[in-house]
Amino acid sequence: MAEPPDSHLRSRRGWLFSILPGTAWEFVFLIVPFLVVIAISFLSRGEYGSVARPWTFESYKRLAGFSLFGIEMLYPVILARSIFLALATALLCALAGIPLAFFIKGCQGTPRTIALVLLTIPVWTNLLVRTYAWQLLLGPQSWISHLASTLHLIKQGQALYPGTVAVLLCLLCDYLPFAALPIYASVEKLDQTLVEAAQDLGASKLQIFRHAIYPQIRPGLWAGFLLVFLPATGQFVIPDLLGGGKTVLLGNVLQQQFGPSRDWPFGAAFTTISMLLVLGGVVLYLKFSRTEKEVA
Amino acid sequence: MSRDGIRLVHLTKRFGPVTAVDSISLDIRAGEFFSLLGPSGCGKTTLLRLIAGLELPDSGQLEISGREMTRLPPQKRPVHTVFQSYALFPHLTVFDNVAFALRMQQIPSAEIQTRVAEAMELVHISELAKRFPHQISGGQKQRVALARALINRPEVLLLDEPLAAIDAKLRKQLQSDLKELQSNLGTTFIYVTHDQDEALAMSDRIAVMRSGKIEQLGTPEAVYQSPATEFAATFLGHCNLLRGTVLDPKTVQTPVGPLHVRESLTNKTHFMIGIRPENVRLATATETENTFTGTVVESTYSGAQRDYLIKTNQTIVKVVLLSSFDATAQFKKGDEVRICLPSTALFLLSENG
Repeated sequence: MAEPPDSHLRSRRGWLFSILPGTAWEFVFLIVPFLVVIAISFLSRGEYGSVARPWTFESYKRLAGFSLFGIEMLYPVILARSIFLALATALLCALAGIPLAFFIKGCQGTPRTIALVLLTIPVWTNLLVRTYAWQLLLGPQSWISHLASTLHLIKQGQALYPGTVAVLLCLLCDYLPFAALPIYASVEKLDQTLVEAAQDLGASKLQIFRHAIYPQIRPGLWAGFLLVFLPATGQFVIPDLLGGGKTVLLGNVLQQQFGPSRDWPFGAAFTTISMLLVLGGVVLYLKFSRTEKEVA
Repeated sequence: MSRDGIRLVHLTKRFGPVTAVDSISLDIRAGEFFSLLGPSGCGKTTLLRLIAGLELPDSGQLEISGREMTRLPPQKRPVHTVFQSYALFPHLTVFDNVAFALRMQQIPSAEIQTRVAEAMELVHISELAKRFPHQISGGQKQRVALARALINRPEVLLLDEPLAAIDAKLRKQLQSDLKELQSNLGTTFIYVTHDQDEALAMSDRIAVMRSGKIEQLGTPEAVYQSPATEFAATFLGHCNLLRGTVLDPKTVQTPVGPLHVRESLTNKTHFMIGIRPENVRLATATETENTFTGTVVESTYSGAQRDYLIKTNQTIVKVVLLSSFDATAQFKKGDEVRICLPSTALFLLSENG
């Protein structure tokens, strides 16, 4: 194909122009505020909850557990707990998303469209409404709790709400669409002949998944995992409403520090650390997806 | 006999309203190079997949080496497949692709090393061991797929148009490599192709397929020289077809003129009579049997041979003559020639659509 000599340059200029609004938005509303947050984290708390000098590492020291009364692991534990909960949610969503994606792929035509719409319907309802609905569904009077106690999964007379099961169940249902859709996208274009080749060469069901299916859906699986993991780290409404308010999470701390406590530097330090941890996750993902591209 | 080859009994496979494989019964001998030849959609790939276990038949029976295997999953059959698209695992190196079947059986790694090295040696890809499938050429992929399918020493190797995506020059080379490999290993090869030259060049026997049925079965020579049906005659190479009416038991009236045949024609009145273009020759001055005078209407030079269309009486006969330096055997458009349709080269076809 013969191209005019300056077309490459022109398309490049057009490209720059088209990414300008997005970049400006990111810069003004993401990068600048984040730099401000980092700056605040090194300041001290003013007398009436304002931000004041001197510059200090005080907030980070507190975060790491150094307090007036010796070492206290409260905040690292909260951080670890939040990340663990997010990991558990993301893992559950990814595991549930794989069979779901294959089920949707198995549907043809209209049933497939219906299945995809059904998958996204929960997202149309307000999060709080859904969470309160779970309180009713899993409460002491609900048939689900009755069923669980009949099956001896919980003690007689107890309910699933409040408790960890209720929290995880709700998180799973809330975040499942975000995991299932990218997984479905990669399952849909799965090369079936690789599955047949593995079968032909004597692979068991598990080996077929490991060698012929997993490498193909890995990018979608990781994308789905991260799309759940990242927002779930900051989640605190669901654990509060369904967990009985007994456990403190990252989200609770942030809300507390920036709200009632008015300790912005400490809240900012907590934000910075959790952001760095999440960023670590993304870097890990990029590394994985890059090896994928090299191989595929 | 320890190895009985493959036996299909009334094997049938339907996809909705389409019968892809229509009650096929067939015996394939152990150690044979057997080709399934036919146009796309004739059911040859489906038949291959039924043997591999990748499809299950609606009815009928399948035996491999004397064992009933109609409903067995592919993992349990002593059969491996070279897929048309090769289906190499993109995330595995050439070595790991070849080693796949052995790894699935938890064979000790020392044995895997030697057997994979042997298999790669066999198809001359040893130097590619560390490459990934996207880093090698189509011909090399084909060899990797072959080594991967052979590593487990299958009793039967199924090949689904393995050379279809390879350019013509390399294809000739790979054809003879495959044939040599097959005769050295003694493995039964079942080879699906739509390329008649390939089937003729490589096979011990060919099954010509059409609409889910086997139209003709035989050695390449038999299938080519005495095709049973009009379809088999035209699908394998070019063919002059003449509609005939019996004049007397040894003579048939055709559009070319009356033809003398060897067989006695007693129970038929109409049928098709065929002759390959390369079997039509120039008549010598003294010959009289089955000779006709015609005019050259087209002459096409293609290197080793020259193709003529010659109009005799009301019809056009295609004739192929080897190129020669002899000027008397070269004709231009409009030249008059005498041709002979030797009775030994004529074949009678059962009439079907």
